[in-house]
Amino acid sequence: MLRVPVTPHDHIKGPADAPVTLIEYGDYECPYCGAAHPIVNAIVERFSKELRFVFRHFPMVQVHPFAETAAQAAEFAGAHAQFWEMHDGLYENQESLGVPLLFALAEALGLPEDGLREALVNGEYLPKIRGDFLGGVRSGVNGTPTFFVNGRRHDGTWAYEDLAGAIEARLHATASI
Amino acid sequence: MSNVLPAGTPAPDFTLRVTPDQFLSLRDLRGAPVILAFYPADWSPVCGDQMTLYNEVLPEFRKHRAELLGISVDGAWCHAAFVRDRHLHFPLLADFHPKGAVAKSYRAYREDEGVCERALFVLDSQGTIFWSYCSPIAVNPGADGILDALERLPNQENVNAASSSHAA
Repeated sequence: MLRVPVTPHDHIKGPADAPVTLIEYGDYECPYCGAAHPIVNAIVERFSKELRFVFRHFPMVQVHPFAETAAQAAEFAGAHAQFWEMHDGLYENQESLGVPLLFALAEALGLPEDGLREALVNGEYLPKIRGDFLGGVRSGVNGTPTFFVNGRRHDGTWAYEDLAGAIEARLHATASI
Repeated sequence: MSNVLPAGTPAPDFTLRVTPDQFLSLRDLRGAPVILAFYPADWSPVCGDQMTLYNEVLPEFRKHRAELLGISVDGAWCHAAFVRDRHLHFPLLADFHPKGAVAKSYRAYREDEGVCERALFVLDSQGTIFWSYCSPIAVNPGADGILDALERLPNQENVNAASSSHAA
């Protein structure tokens, strides 16, 4: 079960009063997360008003040495209200993940290069990222990607039908109350 | 799923190969909590891998002064390659010969398949099992149960103080 409720500090897509909340714990360097990314976006589009999507960081830095740096770039973009743009850019260009990609994405989004460099050097967003990670561990995240649907861990696969089915089941449950 | 040794049981001592030329004994770790993580095999898929996750959570275990030991029936050379590949910062023990003997002593051995269960034990600093859990073999049990148990462990300093004042 999810132990860390969604707060305004989270990265949230979709209406705050949506009946279903989908949370993903993900890592920008994880190939499975990369493969799940277009599926998640399709899910978000399909359920639109009925779904609130939240992304939290779960970088496995010992096997994915660049994951945490990428997460910092996403947080930096988030501080400039462009989290999702950076998030999409990172996953869509996962095969070329590296410092040059971070700066290229930042430039394309019109984000200040100096600011990004400073944030990375100072580790400004590391506490938040580590906080996401630990909250995930305490909630039973054991790899990436891990999804929660209305606070319950989704133990099915992240294939489109599986995720959509889990969300629909929650929608029907909510409707019948 | 077997019935692994429950809380309150003294943890059976063992000496296992930790590298091709070194051995480690459980009794040498007395004085601090120990986490034993039995698992079926090295080289399961990367991102959902249990040992990889524990490697990431290691700083949290260490905050409780806990030592983590991974145990499977893989040989020491296999463990060495796995440790290097995944950059693991904790020891993997080879319950290789006689095969699965330690896992059997914790009732965490799958006789049919010849591998360890996915079984977790948190031992207190006196070497008594404080918490144990056996996960379905295909399910990564995660780290939350271990962290919960470590948090519930009585503060060792208090225990020591209490036992010494009791003796006095």
